[in-house]
Amino acid sequence: MKRDLIDITDLSVSEIDELIAKAEDIIEHPEEYREKCRYKKLATLFYEPSTRTRLSFEAAMYELGGQVLGFSSADNSSAAKGESVADTARTVSCFADIIAMRHPKEGAPLVASMKATVPVINAGDGGHHHPTQTLTDLLTIKREKGRLDNLVVGCCGDLKFGRTVHSLIGAMSRYKNVRFVLISPEELRVPESVRTDLLERNGIEFVETTSLEDAMPQLDILYMTRVQRERFFNEDDYVRLKDSYILTPDKLRTAKWDLAILHPLPRVNEISIAIDDDPRACYFRQVLCGKFIRMALILKLLEVE
Amino acid sequence: MIIGTIVDGIVIDHIPAGRGMDLYEKLGLDKLECEVAVIKNASSGKYGKKDILKINEVIDLNYDMLGYIDPHITVNIIRGGERMEKIHPHLPETITGVIRCKNPRCITSIEQELPHVFRLTDREHGVYRCLYCDTKGGKK
Repeated sequence: MKRDLIDITDLSVSEIDELIAKAEDIIEHPEEYREKCRYKKLATLFYEPSTRTRLSFEAAMYELGGQVLGFSSADNSSAAKGESVADTARTVSCFADIIAMRHPKEGAPLVASMKATVPVINAGDGGHHHPTQTLTDLLTIKREKGRLDNLVVGCCGDLKFGRTVHSLIGAMSRYKNVRFVLISPEELRVPESVRTDLLERNGIEFVETTSLEDAMPQLDILYMTRVQRERFFNEDDYVRLKDSYILTPDKLRTAKWDLAILHPLPRVNEISIAIDDDPRACYFRQVLCGKFIRMALILKLLEVE
Repeated sequence: MIIGTIVDGIVIDHIPAGRGMDLYEKLGLDKLECEVAVIKNASSGKYGKKDILKINEVIDLNYDMLGYIDPHITVNIIRGGERMEKIHPHLPETITGVIRCKNPRCITSIEQELPHVFRLTDREHGVYRCLYCDTKGGKK
């Protein structure tokens, strides 16, 4: 039976650990993987813009010896003619061995997975899930900190629409002794479903605060996010909230020496470029991790040994 | 008040008071040809007041809908004037086409003929969430 990846919780903790181990092996021995997906095709169905995720999927497939087809905006597909996601998924199943889909509507990749006959990877669905970003984040944290348990994780910025945060909380809360500090303006707090179903029900320790400065000294991980213009129906709300948190060298003065600063990128102004050369800034190493973990995921879903 | 005795039919009992008419519509009873009685605010030893629906025909019911509205509802199947079966609808694991997702960002807002499916995520509090976007189901 085909496997899909729609939500990070589709993978067990041991499967995630296996993927991380596989990605680390790919990093160590890239030459051993260059032909693994020869004659296989990845379809990237991107209904909204993306730089990192789409190129990362494509680079991953090329490095495995496979090929890539697809579209990078809804305007370049039959969606512009009104074709449903379900029909597109069925159609593309005829051409490709695996699908990576990004869509602005929440649940679109799930609908695709129900109709496609090949594995479907959710490459981001609106403000909902982004499991491959989470796998990227987990691999980054593992490589930077050497572990995924016993960590204080600060998530800062737009925690309401920031899908990467929701998936990260879902994944990290399955590891032992992980505590979350959720830093956001009142209007952009994590959705109730994350708070109740993920955190409270599973007895995960968390605090919500509006102050990045107060939270900083205790953090092992600082996961910064962008306030996303495209998630707002009201421009005024976006303008009012977009500069809520800007990470500057001054704010890092009270941070731990081994803090790991992550960001799913793109950033706008929420991390000052003055921080880019600080060894604690991991976000560009994180981008590279994204390619390797997607290579590991493609291999797993295509059942390539 | 006297309502005729049912020989072959269904009595839906222990409906929360005030929900009888809503359930009448949701179950599509308005489309039936047979006699249907909606009894409002009947006295109930257990709940104080309750609504009752009496249907003078044995029909297929949407038990998922009944369980979702209130798992305390009971359904009595009457045949030959005798109660042959008493059914307690369960809180179903999923409900399809009963409630609609109100999230404008959900794929159900644009995808043709996609059924609105909600899954039970919190049995204790009877919370349902949209299968596609996880938005909490609206008021029952």
